Amino acid sequence: MAIILKVQNLHKAFGGLRAVVDVSFQLEAGQLMAMIGPNGAGKSTCFNLINGQLNPDQGSIFIMGQKVNGEKPRDVWKLGVGRTFQITSTFPSMTVLENVQMSLLSHNRRTKSLLTNVSRLYVAEAMALIDLVGIADQAHRSCGVLAYGDLKRVELAVALANQPKLLLMDEPTAGMGPAERQGLMKLTESIVHTREMGVLFTEHDMKVVFDYANRVIVLNRGKMIAAGPPDEVQKNNEVKKIYLGTASS
Amino acid sequence: MPKLEKGILLGFYFVQFLTGLSDASALFLVACGLSLIFGVLRIVNLAHGSFYMVGAYLAYYLIANFPQGAFFFWAGILLAALTVGTIGIVIETLLLRRLYYAPELFILFATFGIVLIFQDLSRWFFGAEDILGQQAPGLAGSIDIMGVLLPQYDVVLIVIAPLILVGLWFFLYRTRWGILVRAATEDREMSDALGVNQSRLFTGVFFLGSCLAGLGGAIQLPKGGANLLMDLNIIAAAFVVVVVGGMGSIPGAYLAAVIIGELSAFGVLIFPQSTLVLMFLLMAVVLVMRPHGLLGNAEPEVQGAAKMSTATLKPASKKLKLLGLALLILLFMMPVFVGSFGLVLMTEIALFALASMSLYFIMGPGGMVSFGHAAFFGGGAYAAALTVHYMQTPMELAILLAPLLVGLVALIIGWFCVRLSGVYLAMLTLACAQICWSIVFQWGKFTGGDDGILGIWPSAWASDKTVFYYLTLILCIGGIMALRHFIFAPFGYTLRACRDSSLRVDSIGINRHRHQWFAFTLAGTFAGFAGGIYVFSKGNVFPDVMAIPRSFDFLFMILLGGIETLFGPIAGSAAFTWLHDQIARIDYWQLILGCIFILLVIAFPDGIAGSIHTRLGRYFED
Repeated sequence: MAIILKVQNLHKAFGGLRAVVDVSFQLEAGQLMAMIGPNGAGKSTCFNLINGQLNPDQGSIFIMGQKVNGEKPRDVWKLGVGRTFQITSTFPSMTVLENVQMSLLSHNRRTKSLLTNVSRLYVAEAMALIDLVGIADQAHRSCGVLAYGDLKRVELAVALANQPKLLLMDEPTAGMGPAERQGLMKLTESIVHTREMGVLFTEHDMKVVFDYANRVIVLNRGKMIAAGPPDEVQKNNEVKKIYLGTASS
Repeated sequence: MPKLEKGILLGFYFVQFLTGLSDASALFLVACGLSLIFGVLRIVNLAHGSFYMVGAYLAYYLIANFPQGAFFFWAGILLAALTVGTIGIVIETLLLRRLYYAPELFILFATFGIVLIFQDLSRWFFGAEDILGQQAPGLAGSIDIMGVLLPQYDVVLIVIAPLILVGLWFFLYRTRWGILVRAATEDREMSDALGVNQSRLFTGVFFLGSCLAGLGGAIQLPKGGANLLMDLNIIAAAFVVVVVGGMGSIPGAYLAAVIIGELSAFGVLIFPQSTLVLMFLLMAVVLVMRPHGLLGNAEPEVQGAAKMSTATLKPASKKLKLLGLALLILLFMMPVFVGSFGLVLMTEIALFALASMSLYFIMGPGGMVSFGHAAFFGGGAYAAALTVHYMQTPMELAILLAPLLVGLVALIIGWFCVRLSGVYLAMLTLACAQICWSIVFQWGKFTGGDDGILGIWPSAWASDKTVFYYLTLILCIGGIMALRHFIFAPFGYTLRACRDSSLRVDSIGINRHRHQWFAFTLAGTFAGFAGGIYVFSKGNVFPDVMAIPRSFDFLFMILLGGIETLFGPIAGSAAFTWLHDQIARIDYWQLILGCIFILLVIAFPDGIAGSIHTRLGRYFED
């Protein structure tokens, strides 16, 4: 399998706080990898490092074999990285369709066009993506009034628009009900397999993690304390002690 | 410079340095008052320059009516500062307090209304003549520094600013009240939740800030006197200080004021025409090296502008399109109904509509509020006038050259402006516009200065008022339609996306700065286009056309018409131009306009067109 993301000896400190300490892992195509850990473990920092929002102090990040240290998020995106946020970030003054069209316009480098009209551009492609994430009936509603769970789906459609090889999903199911969570993760799973991409996600719901992840990384205070298939990680004593303590008893 | 001995030359530079320091004092007082008020009340108080001006006038008036002597001189200065502080309390409690929950722009408008009112009141009370300040008793002489003379009063000014700086620091870091001020600056909601009396705190801070501005005006009186231009001049300079020093940093304000003071003191030796150009260069360098100012911290992600408009943009409904068509036919029939005077007014409305539409383009979809759009409109007028004046360019060519030249200026100014957002961006645009205005105003040899440029008439075929009206109408409608088209094109959508969420555009590969820069340039170009035609409709051009009040006229047109709709700027221009025409013949019309601004803002805190839109909007849907 092709290696999509490779992280080597990553370090990041904020002043005296060592947020990420010597983290290394790799993600292959077709894999769903969960990154878990208690609050403040360094998950979001890791995400922001990979995504380019932060610069690592040490270590290196390779996406599709290309080193991306110090690249801006917009350039990382161009390498084929889609991202969804912990707190959804969409364009509230636009409809769902227009949000996805925006992503397609950027992917096709048409954002500077002055003479064409958006209402005729990439509508079919955008509708296909909206249909894929299951909110076709919401396509013409404004993102400013959408329910939170649906916004998460909009973000997924937006992230998929540039046919990414790597999808970074920060708490994809936060704010959703149990049934909706299962639905979204099933959808993500099927997309990963059909599109041959890799997904790295963080999640607080352990059921979601152990139902859907192929591999799990556990962070605590910036350090990686375990990595491996879910059942293996579940049995790890250190993980039990620090993180799953009561849950696995 | 005459040949001087080495010793004297050294003394000369040293005295020049001290002069710079003394110039910095008043500027520092105004800027730190502005910073304090913005920190706690979140209001960019445009009237701060007016407080400074009133401080100077009041001090003059008080000292002139007091008995002679040092005690009464200083008592006059102190009393002037306290009176300005009291005026501040009145304004805060009667007006601003009602507006804390209104959109940011509305509060700005109210404070600009105060600027206009104080303009006319000062003219009324103190006359339009520049006033020479009284000398401080016992300090009218000079001291000898290495053979060069320095006025004694400059020493007082040099000492006052650091004293106030230390005093403020002590107040903010060593008193209970100072802690409350800092707490409210950092987190207003939290300090409110902890039971701090907000309204008393707000009034107190506004009083302190106003006092500082009044004091600044009063202490510079013996050196700079008082005149009616000092309000907008100082506010622009204070904005530069805030941007250069770093928002909210009082030591930063002092540092920046000193740098600007020195720059003017030494700049005069190198480039006597306009030291303001140096100010612009300084700002440019600082913004490139440290975008948050010399001592400022990274500004929190301000998404304030996005709050202004989150409604989706829909293309006009069939009914609205029919209405537009009917209006268009009416506009083309206009020469049948109105006389030549009416046509001149209609021509003006069309040009202002195009200019305010270009401002709307960056303000609405772009979320970038500019306080200096008149620089581009007026710039276009001057560009056309200068090419005609110096190169006898025909009208047709001048109208084409104007937007290109202005576009170039907008390209340069925009590069800096898009690096900031929210009120910081607005401040920077105002400062840039004021600098453009001063260049035109001060560079009399080239631009005619205050006397303007006269005799810029249309080509023979267009000299008839009706023909010129049609020409303007066609060009303006073309421009407005083009801008409207851009809004619905991918570029306009991208611009809105940048306004809505910078995090999201960044993560889908869009370069926000580059798109905003392009939009800024485009808007400037269209405003310049309108300005280029405008000069031919008037036949002359004066620096007023690019002054700050004109920029606010454009903003007001948009607010009047409503930020939510594309039709807003057009309706707003018509309403405003008509209103302006009605009151402009009255003496002290600025006073009336200022009152109208304030009343409208209080009466319609949700926006004028906003309220009409909610009531009548449903009749125009398909």
